[in-house]
Amino acid sequence: MAAPNPGPKGPRVGVFVCYCGKNIAGTVDVKKVAEAAAGLPGVVYATTHEYMCSDPGQELVKRAIREQRLTGVVVAACSPSMHEVTFRRAAQEAGLNPYLLEIANVREQCSWVHEGPAATDKAVRIVRAMVEKVKGNHPLTPVEIGHSRTCLVIGGGIAGIQAALDVADAGFDVILVERSPTIGGRMAQLSETFPTLDCSQCILTPKMVDASRHPKIRILAYSEVEEVTGFLGNYRVRIRRKPAYVIADKCNLCGECAKVCPVRVPNEFDQGLSERAAIYIPFPQAVPSSYTLDAKNCLGLVPLTCGECAKVCEAKAIDYDMQEEIVEEEVGAIIVATGYDLYPKEAMAEYGHGTVPDVIDGLEFERLLSASGPTKGQVRRPSDGKVPREVVFIQCSGSRDPELHKPYCSKICCMYTAKHALLYRHNVHDGKAYVFYIDIRAGGKDYEEFVNRAMEDDRILYLRGKVAKVFREEDKVMVWGVDTLTGKRIEIRADLVVLAQAMVPAEGTWDLARKLRIACGSEGFLKEAHPKLRPLEALSAGIFMAGAAQGPKDIPEAVAQASGAAAKAVGILSADKLVHSPEVAEVDEDLCSGCKLCAPQCPYGAITVDEVAHVNEILCESCGTCVAACPSGAMSLRNCQDEQVVRMVQAALAEG
Amino acid sequence: MRGNGFEPKIVAFLCRWCAGAGADLAGTSRLSYPPNAVPIRVNCSGRVEPAWVVEAFRSGADGVLIGGCHPGDCHYVVGNYKTRRRIYLLQKVLAEVGVEPERVRLEWVSATEGARFARVMREFVEELRALGPLAMNQEEKALPPQGGVHA
Ligand SMILES: Cc1cc2nc3c(=O)[nH]c(=O)nc-3n(C[C@H](O)[C@H](O)[C@H](O)COP(=O)(O)OP(=O)(O)OC[C@H]3O[C@@H](n4cnc5c(N)ncnc54)[C@H](O)[C@@H]3O)c2cc1C
Repeated sequence: MAAPNPGPKGPRVGVFVCYCGKNIAGTVDVKKVAEAAAGLPGVVYATTHEYMCSDPGQELVKRAIREQRLTGVVVAACSPSMHEVTFRRAAQEAGLNPYLLEIANVREQCSWVHEGPAATDKAVRIVRAMVEKVKGNHPLTPVEIGHSRTCLVIGGGIAGIQAALDVADAGFDVILVERSPTIGGRMAQLSETFPTLDCSQCILTPKMVDASRHPKIRILAYSEVEEVTGFLGNYRVRIRRKPAYVIADKCNLCGECAKVCPVRVPNEFDQGLSERAAIYIPFPQAVPSSYTLDAKNCLGLVPLTCGECAKVCEAKAIDYDMQEEIVEEEVGAIIVATGYDLYPKEAMAEYGHGTVPDVIDGLEFERLLSASGPTKGQVRRPSDGKVPREVVFIQCSGSRDPELHKPYCSKICCMYTAKHALLYRHNVHDGKAYVFYIDIRAGGKDYEEFVNRAMEDDRILYLRGKVAKVFREEDKVMVWGVDTLTGKRIEIRADLVVLAQAMVPAEGTWDLARKLRIACGSEGFLKEAHPKLRPLEALSAGIFMAGAAQGPKDIPEAVAQASGAAAKAVGILSADKLVHSPEVAEVDEDLCSGCKLCAPQCPYGAITVDEVAHVNEILCESCGTCVAACPSGAMSLRNCQDEQVVRMVQAALAEG
Repeated sequence: MRGNGFEPKIVAFLCRWCAGAGADLAGTSRLSYPPNAVPIRVNCSGRVEPAWVVEAFRSGADGVLIGGCHPGDCHYVVGNYKTRRRIYLLQKVLAEVGVEPERVRLEWVSATEGARFARVMREFVEELRALGPLAMNQEEKALPPQGGVHA
């Protein structure tokens, strides 16, 4: 390999050590690091600055590049995930190829976790190793790539709908994939929404219709993402469309099929509080507007076994021979908005959930309150249909309980419980509501005021404390708890108990994240690239997230995030061109024996082998696994070559 | 601080997506751990060559850590599986020449596991302190006795 920075004088590296105020200099002797760097072979310039990322700091780097005719730069500062881009841009502005600049991470991986002289010693080692790397780096030019102008949105709840509408309104095509038969998500199940109490469906369904009518949006309902390959700007997705056995364009929603269907199963849309037929529409305003035949519960898809629905369908919309379909699309960006589920009933045995019929969760209560629900908006309890006179609401059911359940706060339950108590009181004038809470978290615009409305109602009693036990006694539900403000034991003979169950990621979130090669946090919600500064992006470029899939969230927040994610996606879709890192694998054809060991190592199919191996620069994602597998040393990763790393190792360990 | 005891020298190859990001998170969360390891960032643990590990031992390391993504979570899909296989083989070879296999440690640390990264570092340093200096280094080099990283 030719000398990386040829020229009579050899490498001329500059080292710039940042104080980062006290963040680095508080522990690491920054001056000493610069002095040590100045003595390294090939280093011609070393200095420090209070804040290297500031304009004057960057100016210092740029000036030194010009005046010292630097051939390489090491900036010893924070993690490269923070400012690598900043400094590489500065280098470029000063006429140095950006790939000749590297960041030595002496903050996150040194000053913030160590102390004393050992921290300075480690910082010197980190810098020394990075100087060796830079000396071996080659100037590179990013690879330009064409890209798809279509956006994939996964999940058709309010977040997915909003994101789809915003991307489409910006002029780009959207494919909206929803796994259930209709878009709308959880919001479609809600009765009225805090803090204004407008009817959920009334504000949601116009958006659903907008999405279905939008010329740029293609809704693939009853579909799931099977496989995702490719990379930023060029993702290839395989979408599996489950057969609905009803031709959507022909179905006229007459509903005769459901009437004759002999099957009755729990209706998911009503959280199991009502039944539906095997052929059904989740709710009348569903989009796409069509019935769906659920093959799992149908008696048999052959007319011989049943066939009742097809017999009565005048529109001839039912097609038992409909097949599963695989749709393949190329998309430039992906927005994941797969939403949430509630913590399962079985998990809350101490509250009798799942065993006592009159212990229900918040979504079930939403259905009881909803005019389109199983009781037509009359609050009636599941066991005997009686109107409950005393209702106990238990907040933090499964949330904020690191020992037994979920450690986190589900964020929206204080609000919807206040809503539930108020709506219950509107509904049952002489009813009495009790709310058990740990403390009230109502940190949103007009939220505190809303909770106060509930607290001021003289038939809603807020009890600070925890419920120990819930059990059935005759036709009542006994609630035992303690009021931690008075220290008194509380026993309530309730007619109905409503649990504000913890919000958890929708089933399948983890699997989907794997397909997308993005991360989930410990509780399974999608993990953002940076909790503060990149809250909508996944670590994989071109993939964004919105709504409750990223963490517990209410509608305003989910919508705001969705518009943000859409803006991010549009940034990619509208770009003239995208660039791909040039730090990819490359083959030395003279050394390659064509042994083919490398190709199967590549997860991206970027390597083909004839006489010798070839790497597709655009497909290569720079993992370097092929390099480690190559027995002849023919494969290398640009700017991460064996000789470079070996020198880095030596420099890291050297004494003095 | 730690007296005059032996301080092992460690090279840590950390993948940028998981273990390296986890190490950054340990920093952001100010979770302290011993400073014995010098981190070297690689894109994927699958890039780590057994030869680098050998080189680290030859250059005076008492231990080598390789940090990658959890199985199934590799940013590059399967790079970490390849690493696991290679490192397993390497450990066998090293054992043949008298290097205790525990001196090469492969750990899966996710980007959210700052605390885990700090714990792994603490544990590894403890283990290497117990193991003592690598015999090979003692013989071949006239190192000041147990100079460690504080030399
Ligand atoms: C009891 C209760 C009451 C509430 N009341 C209010 C209120 O009054 N006001 C308020 O602001 N908020 C309220 N909320 C919160 C509100 O429901 C959420 O903020 C909102 O639904 C989040 O929208 P989303 O699009 O992120 O997720 P979701 O509504 O969960 O939608 C996600 C969509 O993605 C689909 N999906 C999931 N996985 C996949 C997959 N793998 N592939 C394809 N599609 C998939 C789902 O089928 C679903 O359609 C309440 C919540 C509860 C539990």
